[in-house]
This record gives sequence, C-alpha cells and structure tokens, in this order.
Amino acid sequence: MPYISNTENDQKEMLAKIGVKSIEELFDNIPDELRHNQALNIPALSEMELMAEMERMAHDTSESLTCFAGGGVYDHYIPSAVGTIVNRPEFMTAYTPYQPEVAQGTLQVIYEFQTHICRLTGMDIANASMYDGASAAAEALALSMRITRRSRVIVAETVNPVYRQVIKTTLDGLGAEIVSLPISHGQCDLNKLEDLVDESTAAVLIAQPNFFGSFEDVNAVGEVAHKVGAKFVSIVDPVVQAITKAPGDYGADIVVGEAQPLGIPLSYGGPLLGFFAARQELARHMPGRIAGCTKDKEGKQGFVLTLQTREQHIRREKATSNICTNQALCATAASVYISLLGKEGLKQVALLSLEKAHQAVEQICALDGYSLYFDQPFVREVAIKTVRPAGEIVAALTKEGILPGIDAGRWYPQMKDCLVMALTEKRTAEDIERLVYSLKKIGVNDVVSQM
Amino acid sequence: MQEGLLIYDKSVTGRKGYTLPDTESGETELLGNIPEQFRRDDDAKLPEITEPETMRHFVALSAKNHHIEKGFYPLGSCTMKYNPKRNDASASLKGFSGHHPLTPCSSSGGLLELMYGLMHDLGEISGFDQVSLQPVAGAQGEFSGLLIMQAYHRERGEKRTKIIIPDSAHGTNPASVSSVGYETIQIKSNEQGIIAPESVAEIMDESVAGMMLTNPNTLGIFESHCKEIAEIVHACGGLMYMDGANLNANMGIFRPGDVGFDMMHFNLHKTMSTPHGGGGPGAGAIGVTSELGKYLPFPVLEKNDRNELFFNYDRPHSIGRLHSFFGNFGNMVRAFAYIRTLGGKGIRRVSENAVLNANYLKESLKDAFDLPYEGHCMHEFVLSGNRQKKKGVKTLDMAKRMLDFGIHPPTVYFPLIVQEAMMIEPTETETKETLDDFIEIMKQIAREVEESPETVTAAPHSTVVKRLDEAGAVRNLDVCLKG
Repeated sequence: MPYISNTENDQKEMLAKIGVKSIEELFDNIPDELRHNQALNIPALSEMELMAEMERMAHDTSESLTCFAGGGVYDHYIPSAVGTIVNRPEFMTAYTPYQPEVAQGTLQVIYEFQTHICRLTGMDIANASMYDGASAAAEALALSMRITRRSRVIVAETVNPVYRQVIKTTLDGLGAEIVSLPISHGQCDLNKLEDLVDESTAAVLIAQPNFFGSFEDVNAVGEVAHKVGAKFVSIVDPVVQAITKAPGDYGADIVVGEAQPLGIPLSYGGPLLGFFAARQELARHMPGRIAGCTKDKEGKQGFVLTLQTREQHIRREKATSNICTNQALCATAASVYISLLGKEGLKQVALLSLEKAHQAVEQICALDGYSLYFDQPFVREVAIKTVRPAGEIVAALTKEGILPGIDAGRWYPQMKDCLVMALTEKRTAEDIERLVYSLKKIGVNDVVSQM
Repeated sequence: MQEGLLIYDKSVTGRKGYTLPDTESGETELLGNIPEQFRRDDDAKLPEITEPETMRHFVALSAKNHHIEKGFYPLGSCTMKYNPKRNDASASLKGFSGHHPLTPCSSSGGLLELMYGLMHDLGEISGFDQVSLQPVAGAQGEFSGLLIMQAYHRERGEKRTKIIIPDSAHGTNPASVSSVGYETIQIKSNEQGIIAPESVAEIMDESVAGMMLTNPNTLGIFESHCKEIAEIVHACGGLMYMDGANLNANMGIFRPGDVGFDMMHFNLHKTMSTPHGGGGPGAGAIGVTSELGKYLPFPVLEKNDRNELFFNYDRPHSIGRLHSFFGNFGNMVRAFAYIRTLGGKGIRRVSENAVLNANYLKESLKDAFDLPYEGHCMHEFVLSGNRQKKKGVKTLDMAKRMLDFGIHPPTVYFPLIVQEAMMIEPTETETKETLDDFIEIMKQIAREVEESPETVTAAPHSTVVKRLDEAGAVRNLDVCLKG
C-alpha cells in the first residue's frame, strides 16, 4: 500500500503497546448497528494504470481549442518559473501559518501578495485571498451591509452574470434586498441608479470594465453611491488594471476581483483566486486572513496572521466571515507571476492583449453581418454582434478547434446575437486569422441557408 | 546578505524577469483606445527583478516553511497526510489545466467523466445518494448545507431559526450558521466527551432547523449516539448535518448517509490528500440524501437519455450557485487520483491505520501529560498541558519548544472545552519510527518542564525568527508595504 507505512510487524507491536489484539478492537466505540460491513465499491489502480486513465480523460477533450473565451478567467501565458515555485513542497504541502516561526515563507508571500494587490488597486489593505472573484464580490456586499446596517444592495446587470448568481446565493439568508441596475448601451444605466439609491442602500456594485468589456462611468457611480452614504464596490481585472485607473483614484471603498489571470491555469474554472482590498477604515471589518509585519522578541522583522479576532476560529458566530481555508497557493502563484512580470511586464501583457483584441475586432467587424454590439471603447474583452445566434457559433466553431467566446444569450435572453470575446497576448495573428475565417464561413452559410 | 528582505527591496529600475513579444503599435497609440478619464495615472509600483533573483527570493522564503515533506505535522483536525505526486502530475496534464470552464460540455467529456467518477466514489464512501463537488472549502460546504436546510424548511412553509452545535465544534460551524442568518445554540458534551441524546432532546423544538455534528468529534471520539440523536432531531422536523473534517477516521467503517445524517461535507484537502497549499485551495464537496438532492447548488452534473454527461442549470429548487464555475476542479483531479489508487479496500486501510497510529501515540503519551478523555480514540486525540501549566509552562510554550526539534506542533488551545489543549492527529502515512521520535520529543519536553522550564518557556531557540509580537502587529497594523 503506497500511502500507508505500517507493516504487519509494526501493527503487531503497536497493538501490543495499546493493549488490544486487533485494529478492529480500536473501533469498539462504533456500535454494530452503525457499521458498514461491505467493501466499498471502488476499483484500485496502480500508478501506471492510473496515469494512463488520466491521460485518456485529459485527452478526451478539445485540448487544442484556441481560446477566445474570457468571462472572468483568461488564457494568459504562465512563465515556467511560476510552476517551479508553486510545485515546491515547502509551499504546496504546508498549511495555514498557525505557527509563524516555521511559516515565515508563506506569511511573507501573503504580505507581498497583499502589497501587490494594494498597489494595483490603489487601496490601503488587502487580504490573503478569497475563493474566487464572485465570492469576494458577495463578501464585499455583506461587509457593506454590516457596516452601514442597511440591507439594500444595488448590483449592475453589467456585472458578470455568474457573479450575480453567487451574490444572490450568498446574501440570501442575510435579508439582503438585491436590486438590479439595468443596462444602457453596454453600461449601467446612471439615470436609473439615481432613482434606485436611497437611505437604505448599503452598496453599489459595478465592474470596471464590465462583463461586455465596456467602461462604466465610475466617477459618477461613486458620487451617486456616496451621496446616500452607500459603499462603492468595484470589481476589477488585475491585468487590465495595469493600464486603467486605479479604483483608489476613483473613490471605490472596496475593490474585489479574480486574480486567475496572474499566473493561474484555467483548470476548468478552479482553483481560482479572489482578491479583496479596501480602504484603511474598513480594516477591522474585512473577511479572511491577513498577514502583518511585526518584530520578534529580539527585534528581528517577521510576519504573523493579524487581526485574528475577526476570524471564525476566535470569534465563532460573531466572525466577519466563515472563511477559513482560502486559496493561498494560488496567491503564491500570483505573487511569483507579479514578481517576474513586474511593473513593465504586466503593462506589456495588458497592451499586447489590447492590441490583439483591437486587431481581431477590426477584422471581424469588416465581415458581413458582424459589428460591435455596443459602440464603446474596450481593452481585451468585447461584445460582438453576430450574424446568427452566438450559441450556434460557439457550438460550430468548437468542433473546428476554436472556442470563439461566450454566448451572452445564456444570461441575457434579449442578446442571443451577442458573442463576448476575450484576447490575450497568447493569441497569434494566425489564431485570429483562423477565427475570422471561421466566423466568415459560418456567416456565409447563414446567408446561403436563408436564400 | 540581509534576511527577510521584501521582493520590493530587491527591485531595480530597468530589470526584467520576463520575455514578451513587442506590440506592433506604440504604447501611446494603444492607450489611445482607452478614454483618458479611465487610463491609469501612474504605473502601478510593482517590483522590477530578473528571473534568477526572483527564484532566489522565493526559494529562500520556501526554506523558512515547515511542510509535510520536511517533517512530522500532527496538526489535529487538519489531516496533514502525505500528498502523493501522482495527484499533481494528473492535475497538471494540459487537457485538464488548460481547459476553459465555458467550453461546451460536448468538448469536455473526459473532465466531466472524472467529476462523475469522483461523485460516485464520494457517494460510496459516505452513503449519500447525491454529491455536489462545487463548494471549494469545508466552510463553503457547511454554508451550502445550511442553505439546503433553509430551502427545505421554507418549502414546508416553516420559518426555523436555530442550529444546534456541540461545544467541541470547529469555529467555522457557528460562523457558517451566522452567515445564513441562523442563530447558534451551543450544546455541552458530556463527561465522555460526546453528545448525550437527552441533552439534544431537551433543547430540540420546532424552532430548530437542524444540528451540525462532527463525527468523530474534535476530541477524536466517535459520537456513538449519533443515530439516536438524528432520530430526536428528525422527530421535531429538523435535519442532521455531519461535518466531515474528521472523515479520515472512519472510511469504509461508518457511512453517515446510512445512519440518519441528511448531509455532510468532505474536506478533499484533508481526507483525500490534496495539498494544503499554505492555506488552500481546498475543496468541500457535499453529499445529501436523495430527498434533498433537488436543493443542491446548480449546475448539477447529470446524464441525459443518451447517456451523455451535461450540466443541468434548470434546477428550480436549487439553493443557487456558490462558485463562478464548477468548484476547484484541480483538487477534484487530485482527489480522484488518490481514491482510485487506493480502491475500496485501501480506503478502509487508511482509516484503520490512522486510528492505529493515533491510539499508539495516545497510549505512549498518556503518562507524561494529562489525558482528559480515556478510552480508544479515533484518528486523533487531545492531551491537556494542565499538569505542566502548574509548573509555569503553558501549552503554547511546549508547542514552541517542539519547533526546535523540527516537528510542527499539534493544534493547540482547541477544542475549547479542554484547558491547555493539544490536539494530535498523526495520520496513516507516518512510520512507527516517526511516531517513536515524536513520543521521545514529547517526553523530553515534559522532562524539561520539570528540570529546566526556562528552556521551554524561552523556546523556540532554533527557528529563523523567535516568538513574534502578535499584539504589536495588531496595534501597529502593517499589512502592506507603503510607497
């Protein structure tokens, strides 16, 4: 048995020490009527057989799909050094740094991660991580409700639909009144926002850029929110953030998002890496773990988990959140990624993605029947009006080895001809050419079939 | 060479740790696509470092961590077992790691097959009919279970408000209760360290939505009345939740789904050996009875009439969605790799040997320390440092002293019902030699408490930093480098 060390002889000696005759006797606290007396019906494989089976399943996919889909997770290039560090057992097989003297590695990585997030967002404090961008957004709204003692939260319909689903699930039991802020020309409707906010509003949540890749008028949103004393929560993308205005500079109170683009594989959507940053005055109300810098008794710099009285293991039912295990290894990956890419590299990734997206859009919009869905500026994700239902295009192109984007009609029934596409620095001119060719072909087929 | 320097301290303007193609157009032209008001004012002040310096930085940091491949890590209720490498090799196969979650199901067949296989295996291990892999941590599993309770009662037109939780429960239990808007009623464990059915009967009424029970509990003791307790809870219309954090104790021996529990969560990062990662990612799958299946988070992986796997979003009774996509898929691959190399028989032997190792340690240490609860333990047990505290040495001191011997201390000061608690979980992957070394170290520390207590109270002596000023960290909050 590969994972179990005890030989029969070991077992005999140990049982003798304990003073019992068999392992079975150790389970004497489990009454017979509670016992499971059959063998579990699970086959056993050798490592060689297992790996063959894994290879088979991993290849029973369209592994070679060229990815133009985003929707919160993006196919960015991951430098080799990221994997080398993250696979080190020192990071991979440690747990939560409960004993800081032997967890300075993990704690300093968290501290550095918090610093990276603060610098990208222009906020004062960030935590060690949340499960994903969606849960981070939900926790931001829960925090806003707690601190304002209000229950109404306004969520823009331009926010990623899966985030809105998670928000609904998360806030359900807390008595939140979730109000949808409608879309207008690819942005949230500012006039409606004025009507919707009131003295019971705890928070206004938007994404910058939003699900369709458009920019929201964040200054105006913040102003409306703050006028009634509501918190302004902004969802941002850490790569795009390298070239777009920091939320700290447009008045956001809490900034959350998905840091998967920072060196974490797509991995069928998990594990991901939620981040959570806020202004200083919210520090003691934050959810999740936070590493802080301090000194040891000889005056040497060191790191610890801090503000722990917010947390469930101390405060139990009065904790700011139930989060315990988070996404530490993903935060480690993001820290290595940011260290390697740095100030210039992250900007370069953003600029390359922007350039590819604009090149692709220019070619696609030159095709008959395709255009920008909204006449709005964009960075690397964009909504395209398609010649036939986007769902059909996704299905057809996937068979040709291209994942052309996301069918917005899945969540916005009135937008069945909307394909949300994302480009990263990984997409080559040839990839774009193939995409354009396939989109053209499916468009022509449509024209033919209509005749 | 200065120790402890931040990556920012190593930054030098103009250094690069990456290679990327050039853009075709210039930066100014490209940024022209972004309206001025939304453009970044100044570049984010991120570090500028070469790849070799980055590697040295992180390798130096890594050396400051204790981890399971370095030494013993008997952290109670965390199940720090060895994490087989084949798990990671499987998860990093390109077909898994490179797959976008919004790829149509028709092009994701192998991934869905793996998830379906894991759902089967967890169902088989727990005795539950339906499994959702979506929750990404134990606490999120608890949260889902409590939402299922709410949905169940709501459908019956009942407004229940309370959850019963033992005083030995993990902190996440009451925190999860609050996060769904329920109220916790704490119930006392009896002298045997378990919950007596009578004490449940006393407080159980129609305002109680259900009860959460960890089995075995955090004292490492099997809750032998769990079936009777479930009957009491059910008789009043409540539901029974099992916290599966301690599942490593009873796989193949006890199936909660068979004996009155309505739901449970699994911690795949504990029981199923997916790496703990310095604090995640975890995975907190849940299992429920067929009656509760309709409430599971959507989407639900199902087979259609052509026997093809697909995600069903049309689930009108579902509690909703918890995760952006389907959960921590990478952990699912690892857990599946683990389970399938053990098989049904091997899984049972995991628990048998985890329990054997714990009892061996308990028996070997019970004279040197106070043992608050007699009898056979399951996969972990709790000692008290009360005897040593009378000599002026706290459990915290002894924990710090253990660091000098290259081992990670047990979980300390938990469960809350034992004073000066040390909660010890050796796991099945440790050898008898490692256990014997640990016993010797513990006995030596107990001797030091008698003979030279200052050696213990001043510990650790050999770590890269000495005891850190935690109160100072709160007072002078420094959680990111300013500048």
